[in-house]
Amino acid sequence: MLKDTFSLFIENRKALFGLMILVFFSGVAIFAPLIAPYDPKTNKVDVLRIVEEEMGRTTTVEREQIDEFTERRVYTQSIATTYERVTTKLPLNARPSRQHLLGTTKAGQDLFSQMVYGTRITLAVGLVTGLFTTILALTLALLAGYFGGVVDDIISLFTNVFLVIPSLPLMIVIAAYITVRGVIPIVLILGLTSWPWSTRILRSQVVSLRNRDFVRVSRILGERPLYILFREILPNMISLVMASFFTSTMAAIMGEATLEFLGLGNVSIVSWGTILYWAQNSGALLSGAWWWFLPPGICIALIGTSFALMNFAIDEISNPKLRKR
Amino acid sequence: MAYFARKIGLLLFALFVAVTLNFFIPRMMPGDPAQDLIDKMQGIPLESLEAIRAAFGVDSNDPLLVQYGKYLLNLLKGDLGISISRFPTPVWRVLQVAIPWTVGLMGTATIISFFLGTLIGIGVAWKRNTKLASFTVGLFTFVRSFPYFWLGLLLIYFLAFRLPIFPLGNAYTPQLQRGTMEFFFSVLRHAILPALTIVISSMGAWILTMRNNMINVLAEDYITVAEAKGLPLRRIKTLYAAKNAILPSITGFAMSLGFVVGGGLLTEMVFAYPGVGLMLYQAVQSKDYPLMQAIFLFISAAVLVANFIADIAILILDPRVRDGGK
Amino acid sequence: MIELDRLEMTPLLQCKNLVAGYRIKSGFVHAVDDVSFDLDRGGFLGIAGESGCGKSTLAYAIMRLLKDNATIESGSLLFKGADLAKLDEEQMKKIRWVDISMAFQSAMNALNPVLSVGEQLTDAIHAHEEATQSDARKRALEVLKLVDIPKDRFNSYPHQLSGGMKQRVMIAMALILNPELIIMDEPTTALDVVVQRTIIEKIQELRKTLGFSVIFITHDLSLLVEISDTLAIMYAGKIVEYGASESLFNRPLHPYTKGLMNSFPSLTGMIKRMGGIEGKPPDLLKPPEGCRFHPRCPQAIPICRESCPSLEEIADRHSVACFLHKGAEIL
Repeated sequence: MLKDTFSLFIENRKALFGLMILVFFSGVAIFAPLIAPYDPKTNKVDVLRIVEEEMGRTTTVEREQIDEFTERRVYTQSIATTYERVTTKLPLNARPSRQHLLGTTKAGQDLFSQMVYGTRITLAVGLVTGLFTTILALTLALLAGYFGGVVDDIISLFTNVFLVIPSLPLMIVIAAYITVRGVIPIVLILGLTSWPWSTRILRSQVVSLRNRDFVRVSRILGERPLYILFREILPNMISLVMASFFTSTMAAIMGEATLEFLGLGNVSIVSWGTILYWAQNSGALLSGAWWWFLPPGICIALIGTSFALMNFAIDEISNPKLRKR
Repeated sequence: MAYFARKIGLLLFALFVAVTLNFFIPRMMPGDPAQDLIDKMQGIPLESLEAIRAAFGVDSNDPLLVQYGKYLLNLLKGDLGISISRFPTPVWRVLQVAIPWTVGLMGTATIISFFLGTLIGIGVAWKRNTKLASFTVGLFTFVRSFPYFWLGLLLIYFLAFRLPIFPLGNAYTPQLQRGTMEFFFSVLRHAILPALTIVISSMGAWILTMRNNMINVLAEDYITVAEAKGLPLRRIKTLYAAKNAILPSITGFAMSLGFVVGGGLLTEMVFAYPGVGLMLYQAVQSKDYPLMQAIFLFISAAVLVANFIADIAILILDPRVRDGGK
Repeated sequence: MIELDRLEMTPLLQCKNLVAGYRIKSGFVHAVDDVSFDLDRGGFLGIAGESGCGKSTLAYAIMRLLKDNATIESGSLLFKGADLAKLDEEQMKKIRWVDISMAFQSAMNALNPVLSVGEQLTDAIHAHEEATQSDARKRALEVLKLVDIPKDRFNSYPHQLSGGMKQRVMIAMALILNPELIIMDEPTTALDVVVQRTIIEKIQELRKTLGFSVIFITHDLSLLVEISDTLAIMYAGKIVEYGASESLFNRPLHPYTKGLMNSFPSLTGMIKRMGGIEGKPPDLLKPPEGCRFHPRCPQAIPICRESCPSLEEIADRHSVACFLHKGAEIL
């Protein structure tokens, strides 16, 4: 069944397109140092090279007769080396050109390199948060769905409540209190505020699977709860877990960009969100530097679309009504 | 009525959770934000320090539970504390100025977006096999993935900076006399771009939700029956298909309202629109914690109430819910 | 009445060599394959077969309600002189529900949950004739009365009705424009046996008073015993046995018909064999060579594997498509 789902997934044009976008950006993230022509953080290029090396004269400094047959000499040779250090300041606020595919920032950093390196943080935060959220949601869903009763009531109640408490203001408030700025707090904040959606969907699936005949039979036969959970329920909800992972990742990428745009992340790292932060805070908009804020938004939207397409595909596979006929 | 009671119960409980979160978040944070703040703000008036202490319960010898009780009591009295950045204005006074702008902008934009999106969703499902429908769905899948604030930046750049059709920000021209026709039009002109940002970014969600619901409903037997009965297409589309499809869409509306409001807040920040969102941003920047928390409470309460209204709409639209089933 | 119609000699509906099915990526699924039958005025044709044998596709084809990738490939459906298979949608609209209506399989899904029963009954009237609200209401109340639904249910919503009531509302809806033919697609499947019984009796009674014809589609042959005058047994898209019910019941010829008959308990109380037929109906995308039933047939002979028997009249109003009976005369 798993294999069928997978081959359907690959055959689906939407899924394939989505997957291609994701693979592309993953490639960029992995090979960032090879792709980026400049250091994303500096505004100049330093080239250091040896211009001339001059061999000095050799002089004998010491001479010693050890015994009748042996003589020891110590020489000193002086070498003069001339180094050349060429520091090219990158142009400030430059439009896209052949040297700077996406132009430069007001401080003279190469935006293409920033985008390339930014992919790393953005994608990593997105995927890690997505994974974290999904695991959290899945655990809650399995607990609630499987044990039912009071456990389920409590988890469901809190899921429904947190689902309607707006998460962005909550994120902002929490982030404002956190004095340590960095990636890990962001992952935690995003994860802890975005579990309810996935939990709700996964839980209802667990509940419906739990009432299927094959699970009932296993329960009557006295299978261990863990066996039933992981061998019988979980494999039947893979596509939903995947969908929830994609959605969470998409939300996390968006959330990360938002928090960083607001300056609530670590603004000294390079990610798509911080690029937008610096663009906004350097008045890129009103100095007409479209190349500064345009690419991050488009890339975020591309990644978002990639996950959305893969989600559509999963929807279509599990709900044949939606398929194009 | 059981449905109604359950929804009221959920509303009250959610409010309670939001209020509680609001109390505990500053107290649970690692480090000591209050002390940091006090250290940073050397030479601030003593009363201002009091406001900070009250917000965090610093120096309070009361046990946590007593502090919590006092907090709840104050809240019931409508006392949200004193703003730090605009000392000594009470927080609720500061908030009061911002609320109408936000409710006006976001309320209007969200309603427009929901209705427009739902209509388009019905359309693309009804004509699902046409090129235009596929194109629309594809376009909005992409547009939906733009961050709200980025879309706002884009609109500012093109429609306010490059082509100065609309103002760059703010909600009105300050020189104008309030209450005049001129002032009214200036408010309208200032609201268009932020509203457009919210509408464009949130509409995709409604379109896609409604489309999927419609497609599911269109496969139902009662649609075939309606066709067999020879009903006019318009009646099939509205009373048979859309009326059924919109029910889950309203639930979806309620669920993603928080998200839309979040996007709306960001839009305000980008457009320097003097609403709650911009105020939240300023509060965060100036570490005006009491104001920040009041804003969080206000937004949560607004979203929860809006949700409740959506639940009531379902009660009115769905005879099954009216009878207490499902 | 049946006698009278026979004299008239013009069947109400004549289905000739109808081929219908749906296109999928890997080919064409022959859900209805070369099906022919006649339905007399006032007649009751029962069509029986397992699920997936194409009987529902046949019903939808007659109604011209085939959706998306499903089409009528060839053949004709002569209804009062017009070939339904060739009418365009506008012409078909004038016939559908006015002359031919349909009671759907599961009334639970066939009624719109957010419209009241009354609205769903009257909108059919408004769609076809200029009628005032009160006239439409009167007509709706009349048909509700016909199916024993109390007046005050006019404003009820479907979920407020029991399963049997919903099905009767569905039948009332089919009756509302006084059609000459009602197609009933498993109208009693979701109901318990007692309710099934009352619905069947109701149909029978209404048919006597109103004089419409019925095509009754079911997987449960036992339902058709008393009410149908003609029977068609469908297997894998083809009619394998067709004829007067009495003759078919007394002397089933096709092994499949025999199997179907064995799958319901005898009314005398003795449970003879409940086994029914071994195996599953074939994949209509790739039906087996030869007789489509041969892989499951207990009496298959070598020729069954090679060629497909055609429907041949063996006795008066009794045809069968089976090599066991080819050229045979029933004595």
